[in-house]
Amino acid sequence: MAHHQETTVKVIPPDTAKIKKLWMTALILLVITVFEFIVAFTIPHEYKDLRVWIFIGMTIVKAAYIVGEFMHLRYETKFLLWSILIPTIFIVWMLVAFIYEGSAISEARF
Amino acid sequence: MANTSTTTISWDGGSSPMNASYGKLMMWFFLLSDAFTFSALLITYGLVRSAHPAFDGLINEFTFSQTYWPVPEKVFEAVPFLHGWELPLVFVGIMTFILIMSSVTMVLAVEAGHRMDRAAVEKWMLWTIVGGLTFLGCQAWEWSHFIHGTDAGGLLKDGTKFFGANLSLNQYGPPDFAAFFFFITGFHGFHVFSGVLLNFLVYYNTVTGVYERRGHYEMVEKVGLYWHFVDLVWVFVFTFFYLV
Repeated sequence: MAHHQETTVKVIPPDTAKIKKLWMTALILLVITVFEFIVAFTIPHEYKDLRVWIFIGMTIVKAAYIVGEFMHLRYETKFLLWSILIPTIFIVWMLVAFIYEGSAISEARF
Repeated sequence: MANTSTTTISWDGGSSPMNASYGKLMMWFFLLSDAFTFSALLITYGLVRSAHPAFDGLINEFTFSQTYWPVPEKVFEAVPFLHGWELPLVFVGIMTFILIMSSVTMVLAVEAGHRMDRAAVEKWMLWTIVGGLTFLGCQAWEWSHFIHGTDAGGLLKDGTKFFGANLSLNQYGPPDFAAFFFFITGFHGFHVFSGVLLNFLVYYNTVTGVYERRGHYEMVEKVGLYWHFVDLVWVFVFTFFYLV
Protein backbone atom coordinates (compact mmCIF):
# COMPACT_ATOMS: atom_id res chain seq x y z
CA MET A 1 0.00 0.00 0.00
CA ALA A 2 1.27 3.44 -0.88
CA HIS A 3 1.47 5.84 2.04
CA HIS A 4 3.08 9.19 2.28
CA GLN A 5 5.51 8.70 5.11
CA GLU A 6 6.27 11.64 7.34
CA THR A 7 9.17 9.95 9.04
CA THR A 8 11.29 7.06 7.99
CA VAL A 9 9.93 4.32 10.23
CA LYS A 10 12.05 1.23 10.44
CA VAL A 11 9.85 -1.84 9.98
CA ILE A 12 11.23 -4.84 11.81
CA PRO A 13 10.82 -8.06 9.77
CA PRO A 14 8.31 -10.57 11.20
CA ASP A 15 9.49 -13.27 13.55
CA THR A 16 8.09 -16.38 11.86
CA ALA A 17 8.54 -18.58 14.94
CA LYS A 18 6.40 -16.21 17.00
CA ILE A 19 3.68 -15.98 14.36
CA LYS A 20 3.66 -19.75 13.96
CA LYS A 21 3.09 -20.07 17.69
CA LEU A 22 0.05 -17.77 17.49
CA TRP A 23 -1.49 -19.86 14.71
CA MET A 24 -0.75 -23.00 16.73
CA THR A 25 -2.69 -21.51 19.66
CA ALA A 26 -5.64 -20.85 17.35
CA LEU A 27 -5.44 -24.41 16.05
CA ILE A 28 -5.48 -25.79 19.60
CA LEU A 29 -8.57 -23.70 20.41
CA LEU A 30 -10.35 -24.97 17.31
CA VAL A 31 -9.40 -28.58 17.97
CA ILE A 32 -10.73 -28.34 21.54
CA THR A 33 -14.00 -26.84 20.26
CA VAL A 34 -14.39 -29.65 17.74
CA PHE A 35 -13.67 -32.13 20.53
CA GLU A 36 -16.43 -30.52 22.62
CA PHE A 37 -18.84 -31.04 19.71
CA ILE A 38 -17.85 -34.69 19.45
CA VAL A 39 -18.43 -35.14 23.17
CA ALA A 40 -21.80 -33.36 22.93
CA PHE A 41 -23.07 -35.79 20.29
CA THR A 42 -21.39 -39.08 21.20
CA ILE A 43 -21.55 -39.32 24.99
CA PRO A 44 -25.25 -39.93 25.79
CA HIS A 45 -27.17 -37.47 27.92
CA GLU A 46 -27.55 -40.09 30.66
CA TYR A 47 -23.92 -39.47 31.62
CA LYS A 48 -24.68 -35.88 32.49
CA ASP A 49 -21.97 -35.42 35.13
CA LEU A 50 -19.23 -36.80 32.88
CA ARG A 51 -20.32 -34.52 30.03
CA VAL A 52 -20.43 -31.45 32.23
CA TRP A 53 -17.01 -32.11 33.74
CA ILE A 54 -15.44 -32.61 30.31
CA PHE A 55 -17.00 -29.35 29.11
CA ILE A 56 -15.79 -27.43 32.16
CA GLY A 57 -12.29 -28.89 31.86
CA MET A 58 -12.06 -28.02 28.16
CA THR A 59 -13.36 -24.51 28.84
CA ILE A 60 -10.67 -23.89 31.44
CA VAL A 61 -7.98 -25.11 29.02
CA LYS A 62 -9.33 -22.80 26.30
CA ALA A 63 -9.51 -19.87 28.73
CA ALA A 64 -5.91 -20.51 29.80
CA TYR A 65 -4.72 -20.41 26.17
CA ILE A 66 -6.65 -17.21 25.39
CA VAL A 67 -5.51 -15.38 28.52
CA GLY A 68 -1.98 -16.77 28.53
CA GLU A 69 -1.05 -16.56 24.86
CA PHE A 70 -3.42 -14.14 23.13
CA MET A 71 -3.64 -11.70 26.03
CA HIS A 72 0.04 -12.32 26.74
CA LEU A 73 -0.49 -12.67 30.50
CA ARG A 74 1.95 -15.57 30.74
CA TYR A 75 4.77 -13.27 29.69
CA GLU A 76 3.93 -10.34 31.97
CA THR A 77 5.54 -9.91 35.38
CA LYS A 78 4.45 -12.40 38.03
CA PHE A 79 3.01 -9.57 40.10
CA LEU A 80 0.61 -8.57 37.31
CA LEU A 81 -0.29 -12.21 36.66
CA TRP A 82 -1.31 -12.83 40.26
CA SER A 83 -3.03 -9.45 40.57
CA ILE A 84 -5.41 -10.64 37.86
CA LEU A 85 -5.72 -14.29 38.83
CA ILE A 86 -6.17 -14.09 42.61
CA PRO A 87 -9.31 -11.90 42.59
CA THR A 88 -11.08 -14.55 40.49
CA ILE A 89 -11.35 -16.46 43.79
CA PHE A 90 -14.50 -14.38 44.32
CA ILE A 91 -16.00 -15.94 41.19
CA VAL A 92 -15.29 -19.43 42.50
CA TRP A 93 -16.85 -18.51 45.82
CA MET A 94 -19.96 -17.12 44.10
CA LEU A 95 -20.23 -20.27 42.00
CA VAL A 96 -20.10 -22.55 45.03
CA ALA A 97 -22.54 -20.41 47.03
CA PHE A 98 -25.08 -20.09 44.19
CA ILE A 99 -25.05 -23.73 43.17
CA TYR A 100 -25.56 -24.70 46.83
CA GLU A 101 -28.40 -22.19 47.05
CA GLY A 102 -29.91 -23.40 43.77
CA SER A 103 -30.08 -27.02 44.85
CA ALA A 104 -31.61 -25.92 48.18
CA ILE A 105 -34.34 -24.02 46.29
CA SER A 106 -34.91 -27.03 44.07
CA GLU A 107 -35.30 -29.30 47.10
CA ALA A 108 -37.70 -26.87 48.77
CA ARG A 109 -39.86 -26.54 45.65
CA PHE A 110 -39.99 -30.10 44.32
CA MET B 1 5.83 4.45 26.96
CA ALA B 2 8.50 3.99 29.56
CA ASN B 3 8.61 0.29 30.26
CA THR B 4 11.87 0.39 32.15
CA SER B 5 10.91 0.22 35.80
CA THR B 6 13.32 -2.56 36.69
CA THR B 7 16.36 -0.34 37.06
CA THR B 8 14.86 2.87 38.42
CA ILE B 9 12.68 2.26 41.42
CA SER B 10 12.07 5.61 42.98
CA TRP B 11 9.39 7.84 44.44
CA ASP B 12 9.81 10.41 41.69
CA GLY B 13 7.40 8.78 39.24
CA GLY B 14 8.30 7.80 35.72
CA SER B 15 8.62 4.14 36.56
CA SER B 16 5.82 1.71 35.75
CA PRO B 17 4.83 -0.81 38.37
CA MET B 18 4.44 -4.36 37.01
CA ASN B 19 6.32 -3.31 33.85
CA ALA B 20 3.06 -2.33 32.22
CA SER B 21 1.94 1.13 31.17
CA TYR B 22 -0.91 2.87 32.98
CA GLY B 23 -3.34 2.28 30.12
CA LYS B 24 -2.60 -1.42 29.86
CA LEU B 25 -2.85 -1.92 33.60
CA MET B 26 -6.19 -0.14 33.77
CA MET B 27 -7.49 -2.19 30.84
CA TRP B 28 -6.56 -5.34 32.79
CA PHE B 29 -8.40 -4.20 35.90
CA PHE B 30 -11.41 -3.10 33.88
CA LEU B 31 -11.53 -6.53 32.26
CA LEU B 32 -11.31 -8.13 35.70
CA SER B 33 -14.38 -6.17 36.81
CA ASP B 34 -16.13 -7.08 33.56
CA ALA B 35 -15.32 -10.73 34.27
CA PHE B 36 -17.18 -10.36 37.57
CA THR B 37 -20.23 -9.01 35.75
CA PHE B 38 -20.32 -11.85 33.25
CA SER B 39 -19.69 -14.42 35.98
CA ALA B 40 -22.62 -13.01 37.93
CA LEU B 41 -24.88 -13.42 34.90
CA LEU B 42 -23.73 -16.95 34.09
CA ILE B 43 -23.72 -18.16 37.70
CA THR B 44 -27.21 -16.74 38.25
CA TYR B 45 -28.26 -18.67 35.13
CA GLY B 46 -26.88 -21.77 36.86
CA LEU B 47 -28.82 -20.97 40.05
CA VAL B 48 -32.15 -20.45 38.27
CA ARG B 49 -31.62 -23.49 36.10
CA SER B 50 -30.87 -25.72 39.07
CA ALA B 51 -34.00 -24.36 40.78
CA HIS B 52 -36.09 -25.72 37.86
CA PRO B 53 -36.72 -29.39 37.14
CA ALA B 54 -34.53 -30.83 34.38
CA PHE B 55 -35.83 -32.86 31.43
CA ASP B 56 -35.15 -36.48 32.36
CA GLY B 57 -36.66 -38.45 29.48
CA LEU B 58 -34.93 -39.80 26.38
CA ILE B 59 -33.27 -37.03 24.38
CA ASN B 60 -34.99 -38.05 21.13
CA GLU B 61 -38.39 -37.66 22.74
CA PHE B 62 -37.73 -34.14 23.94
CA THR B 63 -40.52 -31.62 23.38
CA PHE B 64 -40.80 -28.02 24.51
CA SER B 65 -42.68 -27.69 27.79
CA GLN B 66 -43.22 -25.07 30.48
CA THR B 67 -42.69 -27.66 33.23
CA TYR B 68 -38.95 -28.25 32.82
CA TRP B 69 -35.82 -26.45 31.64
CA PRO B 70 -35.19 -27.04 27.91
CA VAL B 71 -32.18 -28.94 26.55
CA PRO B 72 -30.19 -26.15 24.80
CA GLU B 73 -29.15 -28.23 21.79
CA LYS B 74 -32.85 -28.80 21.04
CA VAL B 75 -33.53 -25.05 21.09
CA PHE B 76 -30.56 -23.90 19.02
CA GLU B 77 -30.66 -26.14 15.97
CA ALA B 78 -31.55 -23.75 13.16
CA VAL B 79 -29.11 -22.58 10.50
CA PRO B 80 -29.75 -19.76 7.98
CA PHE B 81 -30.85 -20.88 4.48
CA LEU B 82 -31.48 -24.41 5.78
CA HIS B 83 -35.03 -23.97 6.94
CA GLY B 84 -36.55 -27.05 8.54
CA TRP B 85 -33.26 -28.90 9.05
CA GLU B 86 -32.35 -30.11 12.52
CA LEU B 87 -28.73 -29.10 12.95
CA PRO B 88 -28.13 -28.80 16.68
CA LEU B 89 -25.51 -26.25 17.69
CA VAL B 90 -24.04 -26.05 14.17
CA PHE B 91 -24.68 -22.32 13.83
CA VAL B 92 -23.25 -21.61 17.29
CA GLY B 93 -20.20 -23.63 16.24
CA ILE B 94 -19.77 -21.41 13.18
CA MET B 95 -20.05 -18.31 15.37
CA THR B 96 -17.41 -19.71 17.74
CA PHE B 97 -15.12 -20.35 14.79
CA ILE B 98 -15.58 -16.78 13.51
CA LEU B 99 -14.78 -15.27 16.91
CA ILE B 100 -11.66 -17.41 17.43
CA MET B 101 -10.42 -16.47 13.95
CA SER B 102 -10.95 -12.78 14.62
CA SER B 103 -8.98 -13.21 17.85
CA VAL B 104 -6.04 -14.56 15.84
CA THR B 105 -6.15 -11.70 13.37
CA MET B 106 -6.21 -9.29 16.33
CA VAL B 107 -3.14 -10.82 17.93
CA LEU B 108 -1.40 -10.66 14.53
CA ALA B 109 -2.23 -6.94 14.39
CA VAL B 110 -0.69 -6.50 17.83
CA GLU B 111 2.40 -8.38 16.69
CA ALA B 112 2.67 -6.20 13.57
CA GLY B 113 2.35 -3.11 15.79
CA HIS B 114 5.36 -4.19 17.82
CA ARG B 115 7.32 -4.26 14.57
CA MET B 116 6.04 -0.79 13.50
CA ASP B 117 4.64 -2.44 10.37
CA ARG B 118 1.80 -0.09 9.49
CA ALA B 119 0.59 -1.97 6.40
CA ALA B 120 0.32 -5.25 8.31
CA VAL B 121 -1.52 -3.61 11.22
CA GLU B 122 -4.02 -2.16 8.73
CA LYS B 123 -4.54 -5.52 7.07
CA TRP B 124 -5.08 -7.49 10.29
CA MET B 125 -7.24 -4.83 11.93
CA LEU B 126 -9.50 -4.87 8.89
CA TRP B 127 -9.84 -8.66 9.08
CA THR B 128 -10.65 -8.36 12.79
CA ILE B 129 -13.38 -5.83 12.06
CA VAL B 130 -14.81 -8.08 9.33
CA GLY B 131 -14.85 -10.99 11.80
CA GLY B 132 -16.59 -8.90 14.45
CA LEU B 133 -19.26 -7.67 12.04
CA THR B 134 -19.87 -11.20 10.76
CA PHE B 135 -20.33 -12.42 14.32
CA LEU B 136 -22.81 -9.61 15.02
CA GLY B 137 -24.72 -10.50 11.86
CA CYS B 138 -24.92 -14.13 12.98
CA GLN B 139 -26.16 -13.07 16.38
CA ALA B 140 -28.81 -10.83 14.83
CA TRP B 141 -30.07 -13.79 12.81
CA GLU B 142 -30.09 -16.04 15.87
CA TRP B 143 -32.02 -13.50 17.93
CA SER B 144 -34.50 -13.02 15.13
CA HIS B 145 -35.07 -16.76 14.86
CA PHE B 146 -35.37 -17.14 18.63
CA ILE B 147 -37.90 -14.29 18.85
CA HIS B 148 -40.04 -15.49 15.93
CA GLY B 149 -39.95 -19.14 16.94
CA THR B 150 -40.21 -22.48 15.21
CA ASP B 151 -42.91 -23.55 12.73
CA ALA B 152 -44.62 -25.76 15.31
CA GLY B 153 -44.45 -23.33 18.22
CA GLY B 154 -45.08 -24.49 21.78
CA LEU B 155 -47.77 -24.56 24.42
CA LEU B 156 -47.86 -22.02 27.24
CA LYS B 157 -48.95 -22.84 30.80
CA ASP B 158 -52.59 -21.91 30.04
CA GLY B 159 -52.60 -24.18 26.99
CA THR B 160 -52.48 -21.50 24.30
CA LYS B 161 -50.09 -21.90 21.42
CA PHE B 162 -47.19 -19.46 21.28
CA PHE B 163 -44.46 -18.88 18.72
CA GLY B 164 -41.03 -17.64 19.67
CA ALA B 165 -40.09 -15.78 22.80
CA ASN B 166 -40.06 -12.44 24.55
CA LEU B 167 -39.11 -11.41 28.09
CA SER B 168 -42.29 -12.81 29.69
CA LEU B 169 -43.50 -15.64 27.43
CA ASN B 170 -41.60 -18.27 25.53
CA GLN B 171 -42.37 -21.42 23.58
CA TYR B 172 -39.14 -23.20 24.52
CA GLY B 173 -39.67 -23.56 28.25
CA PRO B 174 -39.86 -21.49 31.44
CA PRO B 175 -39.87 -17.70 30.76
CA ASP B 176 -36.58 -17.34 32.66
CA PHE B 177 -34.82 -19.31 29.95
CA ALA B 178 -35.59 -16.71 27.28
CA ALA B 179 -34.84 -13.84 29.67
CA PHE B 180 -31.37 -15.26 30.35
CA PHE B 181 -30.80 -15.83 26.65
CA PHE B 182 -31.54 -12.18 25.93
CA PHE B 183 -29.50 -10.86 28.85
CA ILE B 184 -26.40 -13.02 28.50
CA THR B 185 -26.00 -13.14 24.72
CA GLY B 186 -27.24 -9.54 24.52
CA PHE B 187 -24.67 -8.29 27.02
CA HIS B 188 -21.96 -10.21 25.20
CA GLY B 189 -23.19 -8.96 21.82
CA PHE B 190 -23.05 -5.40 23.11
CA HIS B 191 -19.42 -6.00 24.08
CA VAL B 192 -18.72 -7.27 20.57
CA PHE B 193 -20.42 -4.20 19.14
CA SER B 194 -18.35 -1.77 21.22
CA GLY B 195 -15.28 -3.86 20.41
CA VAL B 196 -15.91 -3.38 16.70
CA LEU B 197 -16.23 0.38 17.24
CA LEU B 198 -12.93 0.47 19.16
CA ASN B 199 -11.28 -1.67 16.50
CA PHE B 200 -12.47 0.71 13.83
CA LEU B 201 -11.09 3.67 15.78
CA VAL B 202 -7.71 1.96 16.03
CA TYR B 203 -7.83 1.08 12.33
CA TYR B 204 -8.63 4.71 11.46
CA ASN B 205 -5.76 6.01 13.58
CA THR B 206 -3.40 3.50 12.00
CA VAL B 207 -4.39 4.52 8.47
CA THR B 208 -3.99 8.22 9.24
CA GLY B 209 -0.57 7.53 10.76
CA VAL B 210 -1.36 8.66 14.33
CA TYR B 211 0.48 5.74 15.91
CA GLU B 212 3.39 5.97 13.53
CA ARG B 213 3.91 9.61 14.55
CA ARG B 214 3.46 8.65 18.20
CA GLY B 215 6.22 6.11 17.81
CA HIS B 216 4.37 3.08 19.16
CA TYR B 217 1.24 1.00 18.58
CA GLU B 218 0.24 0.46 22.19
CA MET B 219 -3.40 1.34 21.50
CA VAL B 220 -3.62 -1.74 19.28
CA GLU B 221 -2.42 -3.79 22.23
CA LYS B 222 -4.94 -2.28 24.68
CA VAL B 223 -7.92 -2.68 22.38
CA GLY B 224 -6.56 -6.13 21.56
CA LEU B 225 -6.84 -7.09 25.24
CA TYR B 226 -10.50 -6.04 25.18
CA TRP B 227 -11.16 -7.99 21.98
CA HIS B 228 -9.59 -11.19 23.36
CA PHE B 229 -11.68 -10.79 26.49
CA VAL B 230 -14.83 -10.76 24.36
CA ASP B 231 -13.64 -14.04 22.83
CA LEU B 232 -12.90 -15.40 26.32
CA VAL B 233 -16.42 -14.60 27.50
CA TRP B 234 -17.88 -16.31 24.45
CA VAL B 235 -15.96 -19.48 25.36
CA PHE B 236 -17.79 -19.50 28.70
CA VAL B 237 -21.17 -18.57 27.21
CA PHE B 238 -20.75 -21.33 24.63
CA THR B 239 -20.09 -23.92 27.33
CA PHE B 240 -22.55 -22.89 30.00
CA PHE B 241 -25.41 -21.68 27.85
CA TYR B 242 -25.26 -23.91 24.78
CA LEU B 243 -23.39 -27.11 25.69
CA VAL B 244 -24.25 -27.95 29.30
